Amino acid sequence: MATIHSRTAARFMISPSVLLLLGWMLIPLSLTVYFSFLRYNLLMPGMEEWTGWTNYQYFLTDPAFFEALTNTLLLVGGVLFITIIGGTGLGLLLNQPIWGQGIVRILVIAPFFVMPTVSALVWKNMFMNPVNGLFAHAAKFLGLAPYDFFGQAPLLSIILIVAWQWLPFATLILLTALQSLDQEQLEAAEMDGASTLSRFIYIVLPHLARAITVVILIQTIFLLSIFAEILVTTNGGPGYASTNITFLVYAQSLLQFDVGGGSAGGIIAVILANIVAIFLMRMIGKNLEV
Amino acid sequence: MARTVTRSHKTLVTVLAWMVGLAIFFPILWTILTSFKTEAEAIASPPSFLAFEWTLENYGDVHERSNYFRHFWNSVVISLGSTLLGLLIAIPAAWAMAFVPGKQTKNVLMWMLSTKMLPPVGVLIPIYLIFRDYGLLDTLSGLVIVLTLINLPIIIWMLYTYFKEIPGEILEAARMDGATLAAEIIHVLTPMALPGIASTLLLNIILAWNEAFWTLNLTAAKAAPLTAFIASYSSPEGLFYAKLSAASTMAIAPILIMGWFSQKQLVRGLTFGAVK
Repeated sequence: MATIHSRTAARFMISPSVLLLLGWMLIPLSLTVYFSFLRYNLLMPGMEEWTGWTNYQYFLTDPAFFEALTNTLLLVGGVLFITIIGGTGLGLLLNQPIWGQGIVRILVIAPFFVMPTVSALVWKNMFMNPVNGLFAHAAKFLGLAPYDFFGQAPLLSIILIVAWQWLPFATLILLTALQSLDQEQLEAAEMDGASTLSRFIYIVLPHLARAITVVILIQTIFLLSIFAEILVTTNGGPGYASTNITFLVYAQSLLQFDVGGGSAGGIIAVILANIVAIFLMRMIGKNLEV
Repeated sequence: MARTVTRSHKTLVTVLAWMVGLAIFFPILWTILTSFKTEAEAIASPPSFLAFEWTLENYGDVHERSNYFRHFWNSVVISLGSTLLGLLIAIPAAWAMAFVPGKQTKNVLMWMLSTKMLPPVGVLIPIYLIFRDYGLLDTLSGLVIVLTLINLPIIIWMLYTYFKEIPGEILEAARMDGATLAAEIIHVLTPMALPGIASTLLLNIILAWNEAFWTLNLTAAKAAPLTAFIASYSSPEGLFYAKLSAASTMAIAPILIMGWFSQKQLVRGLTFGAVK
């Protein structure tokens, strides 16, 4: 029963947030759109000129763009694949009665709180290094040749590191969803003679569907913007072998100072993210009761 | 659960769960252990697990190499500053939307969330140029501003879901009894909202502490927080595993502890109420 007075007060209380977010989104984004139509290099100040769609043409026909786009899709897809399957398995495991459940949960969640630069450098040097890494020691111990992770498969190595960081998130959300599963339904199915597998496929999985979708959408938003892990391990290389769109835009604009080209790439990244965001927003919106 | 769980089944599951849990945690444990080794022992083959000579010298070396505590302090200022500033802006907004919902409230909430979906590279160049022109590059205040803005949607959303759980009738009752708006906020709302505000604070400190896009792109030496400081170890000179481990351990320890306290809020904060 809001009075006119309180509604005015409410508007007054909301407006700082709205104005700040509006400014944060609108001003830089319109500048990026504007820059993307300019020939604008930081090394040649004052030489900016309107070039129409040239930057987009240049960016979209650059072989590096397709390599980066492929890498982005592989990175997002690979991490999602590992974290969804691993997270479902871990969720099912942790949802059972075990001794010391709280401690195991804490161990599993821990990687999420490690800052990206730390996890990337620790994995790259102390585990995946072909000479001094733990995996190399283990390979030697087993009489195998050590594998040069970043030399042979830079993108896969990054996928593994990022998957380790995000596995806790998927696990935690899927575990939360599992805990709300109706146990009686499971028991009824069991009494009717349904096998463990068919109980999983016909009862557990449909119940998890929503949570899995949420994990996919939210992780995708974050995974499209993976940056630090690439910067400190491979710097996008060798060549463009581990460059994603985010890193390509960074390299184009802040390393090659090509503001116009970088901006065109940034707008393409925004469009890609929006495709995912629309689905995510729809799901969240359905759940929101004002 | 009505189903009887046999003891042997529980033992089996427990062993399995502990093995998986320890495997996932192992890289962190290994980093902590390596931080107490000498550089020679850190790369020794076969590696020693516990039977090595424990030393604290790496922690001293890390600080000497590049003034570790300054970067630590930068991280504290940036994460705490941006979170507190964000709360200051978000609390009134979340309060108003939770207790005085209007026709547009849902749209406003959804729109705020959509700003979080904007990939940072989409605005990297303008922000970088604006920062350069206004002397905000490599300053703590510049980073506080950016991190406040990127986390503001999450702060508002989390607070909103918490405030929504406070029964509105209590506020009505206070109003009936003649409480002013200020009294209502101080004596009725704040005590009930405090747990939610604390959770929001905790999660956002963690997010800001680990933020590694803007902190890497907008800082050089002076205002670099730990994320950027650790990144300087990507071009190593000589033996550095033990020092990297010591620097890493100090960088993740405080947040690891906070994180364990906030695991429940994590689901809520990062799924925007889509999973509860």
